[in-house]
Amino acid sequence: MSTTKPDKIGAVLVVGAGIAGIQASLDLADSGYYVYLVDKSPAIGGTMPMLDKTFPTNDCSMCILSPKLVECGRHLNVETLNCAELLDLDGEPGNFKATIKKNARLVDPDKCTGCGSCAEECPVKVDDEFDQKLGKRKAIYKLYAQAYPNAYAIDKSRCLKVKKPKACGKCLEVCQANAINHDMQDETIEVEVGSVILSPGFEKFDASKLDYYGYGKVPNVLTSLEFERILSASGPFGGHLQRPSDGKEPKKVAWLQCVGSRNCREDHGYCSSVCCMYAIKEAVIAMEHCEYPLDTSIFYMDMRTYGKDFEKYYEKAKNEQGVNFVRSRIFDVKPKQDDSGDLIIRYAAEDGNVKTEEFDMVVLSVGLEPPKEFTEMAGKLGLELNNFNFCEPEQLTGVGTSRPGVYVAGAFSGPRDIPETVMQASAAAANSGAILADARGTRTKEKQFPPEKDVAGEVIRTGVFICHCGINIGSVVNVPGVVEYAKTLPGVAYADEKLYACSQDTSAQITEAIKEYNLNRVVVASCSPRTHEPMFQETLREAGINPNLFEMANIRDQCSWVHMNEPEKATEKAKDLVKMAVSKAGLLEPIQGSELEMNHDVLVIGGGVSGMTNAINLAEQGYKVSLVEKEDKLGGTANRIRYGMRGEDVQAFVGDLVQQVSDNPSITVFTGAGIESAAGFVGNFTTQLTNGQEIQHGVTVIATGADEYKPSEYLYGQNDRVMTLLELEGAFDDGDAKVAEAKNFAFIQCVGSRDSKRPYCSRICCTKSIKLALKVKDKHPDANVYILYRDIRTYSFFEEMYREARNKGVIFIRYSEDNKPLVEPGDNTVKVTATDHVLGVPVVIEADVLGLAAAIVAPAESNSKLSQFYKVPLNQEGFFLEAHLKLRPVDFGTDGVFMAGLAHGPKNLEENISQAKAAAGRACTVLANETISVEGKCASVNKRLCAGCGACESVCPAQAISIDEEEKVAVVNEALCKGCGACASSCRPGALNVKGCTNEQIVAMINAL
Amino acid sequence: MERDPKIVAFLCNWCSYAGADLAGVGRMQYPTNVRVVRVPCSGRINPLFIINALRNGVDGILTSG
Repeated sequence: MSTTKPDKIGAVLVVGAGIAGIQASLDLADSGYYVYLVDKSPAIGGTMPMLDKTFPTNDCSMCILSPKLVECGRHLNVETLNCAELLDLDGEPGNFKATIKKNARLVDPDKCTGCGSCAEECPVKVDDEFDQKLGKRKAIYKLYAQAYPNAYAIDKSRCLKVKKPKACGKCLEVCQANAINHDMQDETIEVEVGSVILSPGFEKFDASKLDYYGYGKVPNVLTSLEFERILSASGPFGGHLQRPSDGKEPKKVAWLQCVGSRNCREDHGYCSSVCCMYAIKEAVIAMEHCEYPLDTSIFYMDMRTYGKDFEKYYEKAKNEQGVNFVRSRIFDVKPKQDDSGDLIIRYAAEDGNVKTEEFDMVVLSVGLEPPKEFTEMAGKLGLELNNFNFCEPEQLTGVGTSRPGVYVAGAFSGPRDIPETVMQASAAAANSGAILADARGTRTKEKQFPPEKDVAGEVIRTGVFICHCGINIGSVVNVPGVVEYAKTLPGVAYADEKLYACSQDTSAQITEAIKEYNLNRVVVASCSPRTHEPMFQETLREAGINPNLFEMANIRDQCSWVHMNEPEKATEKAKDLVKMAVSKAGLLEPIQGSELEMNHDVLVIGGGVSGMTNAINLAEQGYKVSLVEKEDKLGGTANRIRYGMRGEDVQAFVGDLVQQVSDNPSITVFTGAGIESAAGFVGNFTTQLTNGQEIQHGVTVIATGADEYKPSEYLYGQNDRVMTLLELEGAFDDGDAKVAEAKNFAFIQCVGSRDSKRPYCSRICCTKSIKLALKVKDKHPDANVYILYRDIRTYSFFEEMYREARNKGVIFIRYSEDNKPLVEPGDNTVKVTATDHVLGVPVVIEADVLGLAAAIVAPAESNSKLSQFYKVPLNQEGFFLEAHLKLRPVDFGTDGVFMAGLAHGPKNLEENISQAKAAAGRACTVLANETISVEGKCASVNKRLCAGCGACESVCPAQAISIDEEEKVAVVNEALCKGCGACASSCRPGALNVKGCTNEQIVAMINAL
Repeated sequence: MERDPKIVAFLCNWCSYAGADLAGVGRMQYPTNVRVVRVPCSGRINPLFIINALRNGVDGILTSG
């Protein structure tokens, strides 16, 4: 008998369906793994749907999230288990058994159409937790408007019929889909998975614990999440900024930072990392909401805008948008002693003076806490949590936990923002993929369809199906009237009405009708194509018809629901919308996707920690990697780092990575080589190295790192006692005499960062300086250490180090940008003069060693070359610019190219590792495909009309179109084309068109009016 | 006679069209005289569509994306 282990299971359990869980699930499902996505609430989405806008792009949170919700919800290989919780986990990496409790929802989500008739009838009003209890919902409810699954659930604690079976039951009477069942029972199931990703998110700090803020007792003191709901167009006040207590429009609003963060008394000695940015965002957005000038002030200790593009956002808010920033400590918030509902804030200003100021609304920037249920379950799951009960990743793993095969992503691993959460999610997917590569594709499902009928040359026979949507459409629009009207339209061979067009039996009826009446075009008039078009298109495929011979008329969301009191006019509009759809349908043609050959090898540019981590993961997932490094040895900047932020031995770590890379037969290393040129696109790149080597690859990963700024200020390069942090760390570790014998150490922060030339924060320098300060104090407790700073940005758990440094006597002196420290040569010292912010007088430090926290700068020239070679953009500071700052942090707009590490922007080692794995996870979603599938809804060129002017090439955001120099005509690369149609709109001769949305089709719709 | 202009709205599928759906979910009532044409991107709105619509007697155009 062989003793081989049981086969690994090609499925993954993801616990928590916020943005982290959704991203991890999509990455895994797209890479060939089956995913069970478990969430305790009745819909996926987590916290992100509650947010109004997101920093620093001010995108609408829901708008950027909802495509992911739909994709995740519809994915054949993501099984969402809502109202469910993880009870137990047995087994080992590759073979886990997870016990999951599915709480009875009392509504069958497969039957529920989300029409909402039940909630209209339900007599029980309940505080809406989604709206932070500022609004009401019913006992039968949908978590939020755009929720997936688009289905209701019953709040068992409030439903009358659950309490007394004979009571109420009004929802049952109106549900024509028969989806409600009050007798539904809880269920416990077991699933087999190969790995587990924990992404349960966070809870918000309960501000009522801190008496002095008055939260919960004094009206008009709100939490930041309540304020998000007030700003949200789908919130309790429809986006109108008003006080919940009396509806008054506030004129003056204050944000108080660090509520429940950086607070040891509450056992919250960490920084919540996101509050500074969200407070600025809320202030800016609030001002946008008001037609009157709104006065906004943010009371803070240190402004921690350390992420990519955050500093510019802060500067803009301060200097252009007029948000007041008040460095202070808050004493208390008290109601004004009249009936105005206004509030008085008492605080210590920076100079130590106590001041008071009146506001009519106060927003508390509440911190993030770990999810309580995991604090209780950690022991059972074999997870070690940190002091604050967060599941902080194992050192230098990015996403690893103390239990092998179990990974963590998102705020459960420590307070973090959305892009970092998304990165960790993709990284956790990559780690899962690395241990389950053998089992890839063993658990996934694929749908089979009958062969497609050729309809070319057939007479148009359109079938029109008009939906009542229960009473949602039918009670406003005269559906039978619209059906009769549809029958009169040209090309219509059949028209009928349906109670619910989206129900499964209707789908079968549509398939039958297609066959019986020989239909070759289908129009459904019902709800939104954004949510339902893919489902109906699948019905067409099941009936053997090309899915693109389908068109929808949105007569619910954009007709019956918005014209409820005008049934006649709504019916006229519905007829028009149907006529437009029928006119377009008559011109629809089948669109065939195509398959292009794909190279499955990867080129990783940059052999630092990011590049090596990325290469190792991809090799473990079964792909061949070429790793190119410009220097003669691997390791990059990490070769110069001695101590990790959490005390890791970085040199040993880098040595181990280099060994792994060298030992891996799937990785070919090219050192001392740069990129000479590159051509091609996803699946088909060809890159020439400077050493003459040519590499064919399907995916490119840019991990080229960044440089330490060489200061031109503070006597750097003129006095050998002045060093950058990396130099100082090396000198300290090597026992350099200047450092070893020094008694006075000074550090200056923000050298080359946060100024007009480099308007960004280099993110790691505060923590790094403090780390070095503590090293010095450990070795020489008597040494004096001074840190001259602008804001201390020890985000997340690094805050503990800041506190430790203060406790150990490190002296922090704040300077402002317009009054920088003066550094002069002294007598065997450097003389550093700074103006203390409390005393207001110059302080002179005779430093034996001066450490400069030099900025992280992008290598402008080489980045610019790579940017041209791979058609990917750079930002103003020369770092690579991702496809979306929030939700696509390692992707480029150009398919098949990814990035990781300092090439993206300043980050610490742990974060770089997470991002490197994330780039691998994202790359696998491309590499898992046998071929490059082209959907077909692309631009196409009529060569006879094309003048070769190149207007299309200049407007194409996907770099998918170019002019063939020989033929002098535009050529579309279908692998890159996104079908946006910008080319077709700018083509004067009319040579360009978009399949599925042609000029003729749109003109036909307009002409139908 | 009451003025009842005919308006055609070209809405980007990813943002404005989604916004129009959300108006529906929120039951926000507005006049019935707008007809929406969904486009894959506001970049798809060919100036010719607008001219064509106006020539066809449409009174106003809304483009949003």
